[in-house]
Formats: sequence, structure tokens, C-alpha cells
Amino acid sequence: MRRRVRLTVNGAAHDREVEPRLTLADFLRHELGLTGTHLGCEHGVCGACTVLVDGHTARGCLMLAVQADGTEIRTVEGLAARDGTLHVLQQSFHEHHGLQCGFCTPGMLMTLVEFLTETPDPSEVELREALSGNLCRCTGYHGIVKAALDAAAKLRKMGARP
Amino acid sequence: MSAVIGQPVLRIEDRALLTGKGRYIDDIPLDGALHAAFVRSAHPHALIKRLDAGAARSVAGVHAVLTLDDIAPVMARRRMTRVARTGKPKDSMWPFALSDGEVAFVGEPVAIVLADSRYIAEDAAALVAVDYEPLPSIADLRKCLEPDAPKVRRELASNVIATYKVEYGDVEAAFRAAAHVFREAIPQHRGGAHPIEGRGILVENRRSDGRFNIWMSTQKVHDTHQLFCELLDLDENDVRVVAADVGGGFGPKLLVYPEDIAVLAAAKLTGRSVKWIEDRREHFLGAVQERDQIWDMEIAVDKEGRIQALRGKLLHDQGAYALQDINLPYNSATSVAGPYIVPALFMEVVIAQTNKGPVSSVRGAGYPQAAFAMERLMDLVATKLGLDRAELRRRNLIPPEKMPYEKPLKARSGEPILYDSGDYPACQAQVLAAAGWEDFPARQQAALQDGRYIGIGLANAVKGTGRGPFESGLVRVAASGRVSVFTGAAAMGQGLATALAQITADQLGVKPEDVTVVAGDTATVPLGLGGFASRQLITAGSSVLLAGQAVAAKARKLASAMLEAAEADLEFVGGAVRVVGTDRTVGLGDLARALRGAPGYAFPEGIEPGLEASAAFRTDPLAYSNTSHVAEVEVDILTGQVRVVRYLAIQDVGRRVNPLIVDGQVQGGIVHGISNALFERMGYDEAGQPTTTTFADYLLPSAAEVPMLETLYRESPSPLNPLGAKGVGEVGTIPAAPAVISAVEDALKPFGVRISETPILPERLFALIQQGRRAGRG
Amino acid sequence: MKPPPFDYHRPESVTAAIALLGRLENAKLLAGGQSLMPMLNLRYLYPDHVVDLNRIPDLAGFSFAGERLRIGAMTRQRAIEVSPEVARVAPIFPEALKLVGHRQTRNRGTIGGSLCHLDPAAELPTLALLYDAEIKIAGPAGLRSVSMRDFMAGYMTPALKAGELVIAVSLPFWPAGHGWGFVEFARRHGDFAIASAGVLLEKGGDGRIKRAAVAVGGVEPVPVRLTAAETMLVGEPPGEGLFARVAACCANLDALEDVHGGADYRRSVAGAMVMRALAAADARIKAPEAVR
Repeated sequence: MRRRVRLTVNGAAHDREVEPRLTLADFLRHELGLTGTHLGCEHGVCGACTVLVDGHTARGCLMLAVQADGTEIRTVEGLAARDGTLHVLQQSFHEHHGLQCGFCTPGMLMTLVEFLTETPDPSEVELREALSGNLCRCTGYHGIVKAALDAAAKLRKMGARP
Repeated sequence: MSAVIGQPVLRIEDRALLTGKGRYIDDIPLDGALHAAFVRSAHPHALIKRLDAGAARSVAGVHAVLTLDDIAPVMARRRMTRVARTGKPKDSMWPFALSDGEVAFVGEPVAIVLADSRYIAEDAAALVAVDYEPLPSIADLRKCLEPDAPKVRRELASNVIATYKVEYGDVEAAFRAAAHVFREAIPQHRGGAHPIEGRGILVENRRSDGRFNIWMSTQKVHDTHQLFCELLDLDENDVRVVAADVGGGFGPKLLVYPEDIAVLAAAKLTGRSVKWIEDRREHFLGAVQERDQIWDMEIAVDKEGRIQALRGKLLHDQGAYALQDINLPYNSATSVAGPYIVPALFMEVVIAQTNKGPVSSVRGAGYPQAAFAMERLMDLVATKLGLDRAELRRRNLIPPEKMPYEKPLKARSGEPILYDSGDYPACQAQVLAAAGWEDFPARQQAALQDGRYIGIGLANAVKGTGRGPFESGLVRVAASGRVSVFTGAAAMGQGLATALAQITADQLGVKPEDVTVVAGDTATVPLGLGGFASRQLITAGSSVLLAGQAVAAKARKLASAMLEAAEADLEFVGGAVRVVGTDRTVGLGDLARALRGAPGYAFPEGIEPGLEASAAFRTDPLAYSNTSHVAEVEVDILTGQVRVVRYLAIQDVGRRVNPLIVDGQVQGGIVHGISNALFERMGYDEAGQPTTTTFADYLLPSAAEVPMLETLYRESPSPLNPLGAKGVGEVGTIPAAPAVISAVEDALKPFGVRISETPILPERLFALIQQGRRAGRG
Repeated sequence: MKPPPFDYHRPESVTAAIALLGRLENAKLLAGGQSLMPMLNLRYLYPDHVVDLNRIPDLAGFSFAGERLRIGAMTRQRAIEVSPEVARVAPIFPEALKLVGHRQTRNRGTIGGSLCHLDPAAELPTLALLYDAEIKIAGPAGLRSVSMRDFMAGYMTPALKAGELVIAVSLPFWPAGHGWGFVEFARRHGDFAIASAGVLLEKGGDGRIKRAAVAVGGVEPVPVRLTAAETMLVGEPPGEGLFARVAACCANLDALEDVHGGADYRRSVAGAMVMRALAAADARIKAPEAVR
């Protein structure tokens, strides 16, 4: 029996009917065509499916789409500005080689949006712990940590939130 | 050379990936495509007595449930055999697209379900009732050699597929005369590749013209295309294979699997488009893994610790099937000497099958095991002779005055193996200095007073890179002025497009971000080999360089005529050709337009049509990268937990086209190697049941488990290619495990712990420490 | 790895939830989903019905009643981690919660869900046992309360009757200035503990231990209180020698085995964790006079 889901994704409102078992990640990817959120394990470990639900990170593979009824979701597609200007985090990732194949990247970015909002001046240890829920096989995390620290510094300088 | 080559140019791939606009295999929309799921064997070895798909077929949204009998009529042959170039694997090595009635590993595909969604396909797959008759199975690599061991498949007379020797020099004499001989058994355990994106294939069965467009998360499109056409009896002109954006390769995506053939056959049979996206459990069960080898080794040294000879037996676990020519143990046996002078070598290689998942290349492809064996032996010799581990290695490293160094070993082709360039002792010295190797013993003592156990380790390796015979490269300028590069090389996150764009930009005076690179599409170039063995910068890069040079030469010739200036007075700037010192230019686009021809109008004299050129740089000898790693660890002796506290690596990968990209490759490789030492262990029980099939049981390190990685470089340009480059993709992985293990052993010196296995997990390490304590040490 | 099909229900009150559980067969409750969803995705479970508790108001939050802290079952782990109230009266909770999974899982995961899932390696059940928490349960027969000890009927099996659900956890305060320590050994940051130890200590004016609670998780099929250890501690002055003797109690644990460790290893590690947790707790005790 299909259920209604009304939610906002990256500021745009959607109203759909879905099977209850459809995961939030699959809903975003295939119902809405927002394929930036990726599936790496579907059992809640790799973090590639991380999105923001009402401002807080959630693993998209561990939520049902129907649970997102009434929520505001933010995905990687909502990070850059409308005119295409990259978000500070995206720009830092670009400048510090924080991505290679790019598959884990959206999850990394969304995790960092939440983390840097709350911890604008993290130590390297705090940052690595905050990223421990997002696996990467390409970078060895070096470029990611450098990029995140750089973004944090830039945001502090701008007095801005991610 | 230039303003672009050698610069840390930011990647042209990034924007799409950063904004969620990548097109990985599961992102590609195709209306009407059916989704596939597989019924897979639950047994390591069994006969299929009966398969009942009735209940499965009646699930709403299910279109078909197919077995081998159903798809065989559209295939050229029933079994996925191919001509083996080495001649070694027999027909009985190869798998079937779907089981032919006997299954030989847990996860072997038995049937394919096609449905409207993956959700429904899985519902149906769960309802397919398979009646198995379990057969005796064998998972242990040593036990599978015993004469009464169960055979992995009934057709096999023996679990041994092949044996051969790799040898040179008079090993017997060397051992007889040696001052010291040391022995060690070095077991190494398998792990998987686990790119964060799994495998996937999308077969578009085109209603418009009956052709097949096939997208794949793959590391090679041309050979895949060839195999698809051969096995499915398809006309090569009717099939196109295109690599999607690939979310990491690392080896498993280099192959054509049963699932791929089953999907293609299903598409051909049903007339529908079919899509299969591997999930993580399937990757654990069916994607290739490797590192399972047991090395029984002996090393003979003189009084000063100089190696006189090396001999031993390498027992290699191939798993239940081979999906390509078996290259890994050959890589291992021939690379074991690494950067050291080994005057005599005898390796007996035995390749055996077990009822476990099939084995093939994972980043390093047999080289890590060889480096691990050699480096553990070096530490053993150092310990026994009371020598500093770095000093012992110094005495054995091939010195720079011996370069190029012809190894006494010949390649399979009969060609000599030549280390082309590199200063191994200087590399080791440089990384040791950066690591503070000399000061470490004092720090170690101080830590010990505090009840802390810290250790430092060292390991060296070389890697033959740039495997030929060639890679394709085509550079084309369009009438619009757009510069495009086409290649059979494969992008999988390593920044291939950026590197090729830099090389092209350098030739034609455009910006790298204005170059379009298309990698891995059989419709754009007719030949190609793909991404493996750290080859693509050398091969594709050189081809693209030569093609770019040819295009520049053409452009220069035509521009010379059009601008009425000598070719020597022309330069490439801002997408145009300009007379030096003037503002007289002609755009690349205009030159391209002129070479497209206008019917009825004059065509430039003495120049072939088309502002494009294609090249396939031919190369056979390998360009040898070398590397030295130093790891610092701390061990918690009450839990056996190891923390890598500091990690340094120096590599010589020849001229670096893009130092940023090289760094990324090295860093990622290092963490994979650290993980092979401390975290990753693909577990199977005695029968062959996998015991680690999720990321909760099989551990990949997160950012919290590894430190910043300090990378250093020397550049010995390779004389073997016009770029002077050497490959880098695997060089970070190869010595990482032994560097870490060496450090762990160093930390636990007070307990007399000796580690000659990888991975070493906390429980095992704890047990070794306890053993040491019981023996009265520590 | 997609979940099997099920009917979905979203009750808006506890009463409605209980009524649903009463009439539905083969139903699972969905709280944070961080344990249930992986099992559904892996198809380890085939429920016919999923009852989503996330929209029931008043099941989340903190309240005080006398010397007890009450935490609603649907309170997110992250909320407990950052709650100033909890930090004030039960500081071991925020400390241990930093080790629970990852931020993404703590944002959704709930204390009720963790207690009902009852994974022996999970931190929250171990802490609830450490505190002798009272589990508040609502069911067709009304409300009842059960001690954490009695709530743990067996390996991953809470003592819940048909149609019941946990609605809150109630913890008694330990006095201000009490010592506390939570130490675990996990393979990676955020992983389940191979062995964990939680310790609460109270010292008397004479400098000797007046009261002690020691709980070990990850080792036996359910978290366990080391009552023999607690007895050994009371009346003694804290110190390394005592802690080592106490930690030796772990040799009697009936330890689990899995891919991450065998029984002997787990027992050894548990001993190390107990020692470290005791040391941490001792270091944190503030003398009664110092607490004003």
C-alpha cells in the first residue's frame, strides 16, 4: 500500500506516493533523479548515502522515504549556489585534491556541513573522528582532511557557516 | 618542459563529482530497463538437484527467471572459456555465466531474475527454491594439496592447476657456501578491493537499430567488448561498450564476470534492456579478491648479511575459478627480489584451487605479497645478525652505479628484465633522515620507561609499470576549436583525464580545463587495453603526447601557409597559432575547419584532411618505480591494538606530470597497504563459508585510524617513454604492510615477538605478546 | 540489498501503538532504525508490519523526579550526548556516547531502540545496567516498571510481553563529585566494543571507596555487573593494586566468540578495560568537601 510523502529537498517541494519499503536514498536517486547521493553498502557503515534531514546527518540507506514526510532534506546537489559557484567546502576539496573517484564525496561533504556548523575550529583529531562514519578507498583521507581544515579556516575568516 | 606538465593542475573531473553530477553506472537512466538480481549458491560445493522458479515467476513485476539452459541458446558456447595466452589455465579453470549444475563457491550465480525493480527482483530471487546436494568442500590452502582432499569441482583430477619454477643462478652452491641460512614460513591472507562503488552493468538493447549499448563500471572496455561479442556471438559493429564514471576500480573491475555475461545473455534472449548493480554483499562473495599465499622461504647470506641466494615455495590460492590468465603468482615470484641484489633465486610456484571466491588482481597484484616476504626475511636476517635493519638493506640495495640493472631473471617473452633507472640507496637514506630513524631508539627507550610500546619499521619495493604493448590515444580539434582526447585507457578516479588534458594542453597552447577527455568508449577508438598494473600515464600519456605533437605539426604546417610565416616563427597560444612577436593569429578551430574541406573549394596542399591524429606508443619493457616507506606505530599490549602514529614514504615515479594526482595515488595506496596489515581479513570457515560479508565484520580503516601521510619524491626520469614517467597507482600499497609489521615487531622487541604473517589482528598480536611473556620476556 | 515488503503504520500515540501491536502479527517497531534497517536491507528479518514510533509526541526528552533522571525512549542518542542536564547528573553518558557509532547514527538512534535491541556490545545497555536503571514499559495491561537486570532476558532478548513497548528509562543520581569512567576496546572509532567497562565510584570521608558499580559489555551474551568486583572495592582505598585484583574477576566471565575475538581474548581485554575504567573513575572523584 503506497503512502504519501511530502517533503522539501534542497528547497524544492515534492509530493509523491511511494511504497513504504523504499529507502530515502533510493527515493532521492530514482524518484527525484538526484543521483548525487550514493549507495556503497546499504547497511549503514560506509556513509556514502549521508544527507541532511532537518539539518542533521542521516544515512539515507537506513531511513524509509515515508519517514521523511514533512522534513527538509539537503543533498549534495543543494550545496553549490544557484549561479554555480561552488560551496566553500566543494572549492576546498577541489583545491586540496580531496576527491578521486568522487563516490564517497557527497557523503563526506554533507557530514562536514553539519560538523563545521557546530565545530568551526576543529583539531585534526576531532575532524578525523567526525569523518569516521564515511569510508573512502581512494584518497587515504589525507586530501579530505586537508580540504576540510582549509574550508574550516576559510569559513571562520568569512565569519560564515557552511 | 612546460608551464603545464609537472604542475599540480587542479582536476577537470572535480566539478561534476563535487556537485553530485557524476554519472556512475546506477545513475544512468534508461526507461524500460529490467533490473536483475541473482540467485546465488549458499554452499561452498554442491550439486543442484532441482531448481523451482514457479513461485518466483508469479511475483508481480517479475519478467523472467533464467538458468544456464535458458541463456545457453543465445551464447556461442556454454562455458566462459577464452584462449589463454600463457597456455597454462585449462578450460576447466573458467566459470559458467550461471551454474551448470555444480557450484564451487558460496555466492556462485545460479539463476538470474529480471523484474521491474531491484526490490522486486530480490523478492523473487528469495523465492527460487534450489535443492542442493552438498558435496565435500575444501578451503584450506595447504590441505587442498593432500591426495585425498576433496576436489574443488568434480571435473578436476587435482586441486593443483599449475606448477612452475622461476629460477636463475646456482642456488644449491650458494646455500652450501653461505655463512648463514634462515628459514621462515610467511602466510598471507586474502582481502578484497572494495571500491566504495561496486560493480555494475547496463545493457541497452536498442529498439531503434537492434544494437547493444553497454555501460559498465569497468577498467577496460575494448577487451570486454571483444569478449562480449565472442561469448554472445554478436557482431562487433553491433556492440558498443562505454565506461560509466567509475567509483573506484582497484582490480575487480578489470574482468568480465559471469554476472556480466548472464545480464547480456538475458538482454539478448528477452529483447529487453537489463541492468545489474552489485550490492556490497555480492562484492564480498563474487568480486575477485587476493593476497592468499603461503611462502615457505629460505635466505642465504654471507657474514655481512649480503644475500647470496633466495629459495622457496609459493603456494597460491586461486579460489574456485579463474576469470583471466593467472598472473598474480608469476608477478609475486618474479618480483620477490625487489630492489635488492639477489645473485641466485629458485621459486617453486604451486597454484591451487579452493572452494572460495575467485582470485584476481587487487591493487598491487601479487607484488605486495612478494615485498612482504622479502622484507620480513630482511628483518629476520637483521635480527639474527644483530644489524640495524636499514644498514642490512643498504648492503643489499642495487646501487645507482649498477643502473640500468639487468636482472638475471628473464620475462616470459624471453626479454631481459631491466630496472631502467632509480637511486634506491638515496631514497632509503632520504626517508630515514626525514623519519628520524637514528633518533628513534632513544625515543623508544623513553617511551618504554612510561610503559608505552612504540616501534619503527622500514620497507622497500620496486614496481614494474607501464605495461605495454600500447594504449590508444587520439587528439582531435573540432571546427569549433574544441580540443578532444579519446583513449582506450580507463578512468577510475585517478585523474586520468586531467593528466591527458595537461599533456594535450601543453602541445596545443590551450588550458587543460578546455580539453575534453573521453576515456573508455569503444565507439571512439578501435583499440585499447585499459587500466591495470600502473600503466596508463605511461602508455596513454605517451600516445596522447605523440598524437598531440602530430596535431600540432599539422596545425603549424597549415598555419604557416595561411599566415605566410615560417613554421619556426609560430607559437601556440590561447587556442590559436600566432606569429611570434605579432598579433597575427589563426584559431585552431579555423585550421580544423579548413581541414574539413569545403566541396568545390581549394584544399590545403600537402596536408591530410582532419585536424586530428592518433598514436599508439609502443612499449614492451617496464619502467621501474621504486619506493621506501617508514612507519611508526604504538601498540597497546593489553589489547593488541596497533595505532599507526606516523607514516612517511618516498617514491621515485619518474617525471610527475601532475604532482597533486601522484600524491593522491600514493596516499590512497598506502592506506590500502596499512589496511592489509592491520584490518582487512576476508574470513572463510573450514568448509569455505565466508564469515565476513559485511563492513561490520570486514574492516576498512576510516580517517580516525590513519595519520597524515608524509610523501617525498625523487625523480629519475624513465628513458623508456617520451614523458619520462613511471607508474604510481600501486607503488603506495606494495611495501606498506611490511613497513607496518616491521614497526609492530620493533615495538614488541621486549617480548621477542616475531611476526611473519599479514594481516595481524589484535587478538593474534595479543596472543604473540602473551607467548613472549610466558617465555619470560618483557 | 533492498528491504522485503511490509505494511507501514505510523501511530500518533502510545495507546495507538499498543493497539496496533495487539492486532498485527509479525510486526517490528521502528525507532531510530539504525539497527532495524540494516537487518531489513540484509533481509535477516521479514516483518509483515513496521510500526514507526517516530511521530509519537512526548516519547522523547528529559525530566527529573526526585533524585532520578527520566529519559524518554525515543530520545535521540545525540540529544543525550549533548544534554547539559545529563552531563550534570550522569556525566558517564555523554562520555560513553561519543563512542557509540557515528554522528549520523546517533542523530537517529534512540536510547529505547538500543535497549530493546540489546546488543551486548552496545554502550547504552551497559550503562543502563551500571545504573540499575528502571525500564518503563507500556502495554495492553497498563504501565509497569522493571529493573534493567530483569529486562535483559537473554542474548538480544528483552523481557517484553506481546504488545508492549518501552516508553522511558529512569536512572537514579549518583552524588555530585562521584567518579566515573567508561573505557572500551573497539577495532575502529565507533565500532561495537569487543569489551567495554563502565565504573561509578563514591568515596567516603575516610578516603575509602564507599560504593562502586562495575559493568562490562561486549563479553557475555548480555552486559554484566561484576558484583564480586564491587564487593572487593567497597571499604578499600583506591589504588592500582586493588584495581588489578578487581580486574582479575573478568577471568570468570562467560565470554562470547565472534570474528573479532575469542573467549579468552575477550576476558583479557575486559580485565584491561575494567582497570582503566577504575583508574579513570578514581581520577575523577572529587572529595565530598570539594563539591559545593
